[in-house]
Amino acid sequence: MLVIKDLHASIEGKEILKGVNLTVKPGEVHAIMGPNGSGKSTLSAVLTGNPAYTVTGGEVEFYGKNLLELSPEDRSHEGIFLSFQYPVEIPGVLMSNFMRTAINEKRKYHGEEPISATDFLKLMREKRAVVDLDNKLASRAVNEGFSGGEKKRNEIFQMAMLEPRLSILDETDSGLDIDALRTVANGVNRLKSADNATIVITHYQRLLDYIKPDQVHVLYKGRIVMTGGPELALELEEKGYDWIKEQVDNNQL
Amino acid sequence: MNDNSLKQYIDLHDEQQAAIERLAPAPLNALRKQARQVLDEAVLPRKGSDDYEATDLNAVLAPDYGVNVNHVDLSRESTTKFRCEVPNLSTCLYYVFNDTFRPSSTAGKSGDNASVESFQTTKHPEVLAKHYGTVASLSNPCTALNTMLAQDGVLIYVPKGSHTTRPIQLINVFDANARLMAVRRLLIVLEDDAQAKVLVCDHTKGDRQYMNLETVEIIVGRNAQLDYYHMEESGMETSRLSQLWVRQHEGSNVLIDGITLTNGYTRNDYQIDVDGPNCDTQLLGMAIASGNQHIDNHTLINHNAPRCQSNEMFKYVLNDTSVGAFAGKILVKPNCPKIDAYQGNRNIVASPTARMHTKPQLEIYTDDVKCSHGSTVGQLDQEALFYMQTRGISLPVAQKLLMQAFMSDVIDGVRLDTLRDRLRHLVEMRLSGDAMICETCELKK
Repeated sequence: MLVIKDLHASIEGKEILKGVNLTVKPGEVHAIMGPNGSGKSTLSAVLTGNPAYTVTGGEVEFYGKNLLELSPEDRSHEGIFLSFQYPVEIPGVLMSNFMRTAINEKRKYHGEEPISATDFLKLMREKRAVVDLDNKLASRAVNEGFSGGEKKRNEIFQMAMLEPRLSILDETDSGLDIDALRTVANGVNRLKSADNATIVITHYQRLLDYIKPDQVHVLYKGRIVMTGGPELALELEEKGYDWIKEQVDNNQL
Repeated sequence: MNDNSLKQYIDLHDEQQAAIERLAPAPLNALRKQARQVLDEAVLPRKGSDDYEATDLNAVLAPDYGVNVNHVDLSRESTTKFRCEVPNLSTCLYYVFNDTFRPSSTAGKSGDNASVESFQTTKHPEVLAKHYGTVASLSNPCTALNTMLAQDGVLIYVPKGSHTTRPIQLINVFDANARLMAVRRLLIVLEDDAQAKVLVCDHTKGDRQYMNLETVEIIVGRNAQLDYYHMEESGMETSRLSQLWVRQHEGSNVLIDGITLTNGYTRNDYQIDVDGPNCDTQLLGMAIASGNQHIDNHTLINHNAPRCQSNEMFKYVLNDTSVGAFAGKILVKPNCPKIDAYQGNRNIVASPTARMHTKPQLEIYTDDVKCSHGSTVGQLDQEALFYMQTRGISLPVAQKLLMQAFMSDVIDGVRLDTLRDRLRHLVEMRLSGDAMICETCELKK
């Protein structure tokens, strides 16, 4: 579904991604790990079309379409979803209005009628149960006054509502206690199917205990320098990144 | 450009004095002489001067507007056709077509002793005589001009202890086939313990150049309560020079809410004198501007008595090449302790070519008061916009949602439920660009 070829990207003239290659197929879970500043969050920002970043080379194909030509909203309509590391608070915009607008924009893109009020309420009820959010959610402003855990659960709730084909979870585990982590991970697992795929960006092995990856990639200095199975994450947890850094810096990788 | 655009109106007055005075009630004519004298000496303040940072009075008064001195009824519209209905609000409805007062079939059904009448035909001439010109000051050149030319107006009189059960709605309509100035005057008198809610809407028909020269005087008696909402939905060719003057007596509670949805060139002056202790004052405002709209709100709250609270908030969203201005002053006089006053002005400048001028001021001559102000000018939150886009919400819709959210606290300040819902809907439509005028205000053929 997703083919990234030699992707280069920069922010404010500074090159962050220096030739990323990655292929994701339906049903797969990919973990991207790596030390701070290696470009993990930049990759998620570029895939979702954040205007702060400039793509300076390479290509990204999503189901045969040139993803880089699409606006952020059209990428969403095509089925890409990003769970933000730092979900944005939007005072004055209620969750219900926000989600209904999002769903109707997607339906419009696909030539469908707007969702009815009853169907929408039913959908909200069904999906918030996935991440244990209560019925006050609809009348709260987007992320405003949410605790760290609630924010992350709200991200997964939105993912459930929008039913993406490719979900990118950007450090969804950061700032979560064990219970919240389990809730979020269970939510992600319940949404998994043979038709959709997940990219999990994380520093730590512990999220991967709950969300089992098929492949683990190490991103360092803007490139994927190593790819392995789930055992690679365990090895990193044990040995850290220094041995990889050393090999890269000595041009052995 | 004319250096002193006042001259043409002074000349008009001098030539037509007999005709002007023939129709006008005595209190208007008595004050007219004074206004004429004041204007002899007056020079319109220049753009960029202290209280006129962004507004050019000379330019806005320069066109040769016709003044309908003989009060010929110029409008062919009738009150049964023109509707500006706020659904379920069921107001007592009155109209001013250009400069002519016309009650509708719902007039006089506010279920009490309140009356809404023209100055010329009021059954309470003593109220008019007692209060006319007592709050407005001729030191404001626009008020002086209005007073020199005024021939009629609307008197809303709520006697002691009366409560209006239905809101009073006054709809100002411009409808003429030539360039026209309407000299409008509104006097609202609430006696002690009275209560009323008043909604005033401004509309224009057609694309003629109109000038709305309006002076509003409001007297709120002891322990009386007034909600006054003004909503401007006029055309791009309409200019509005409005001065609203309020005097609050002890224990009174006043909400003034000025909303500009569509307009041409607008300058609103607000002066509220809180003369008695234990008063509550809410002064709220909202402006949405696009194209070349110009909106200038100039406010002064005088705390002349102790133990009062006031809350002021004006919010603007500016698009395209529109210009917004806000200058607000809160003045606490000597020997007025225990004042709790806040003033806020928040603005979103959504286009690089739009301009906002803001000037908050506090002047305090008493210890033991709590006064603060805050003023911000900014853009829409880029991170919030991107966040919404990643959820599939297109950029224009995301911008609209953020602007609507930005206005929500001023909308929530409306104390009439149905008007609040209506306003939320109107703001949403306005921000979508779907409708430049209130959709139900269309003339029904």
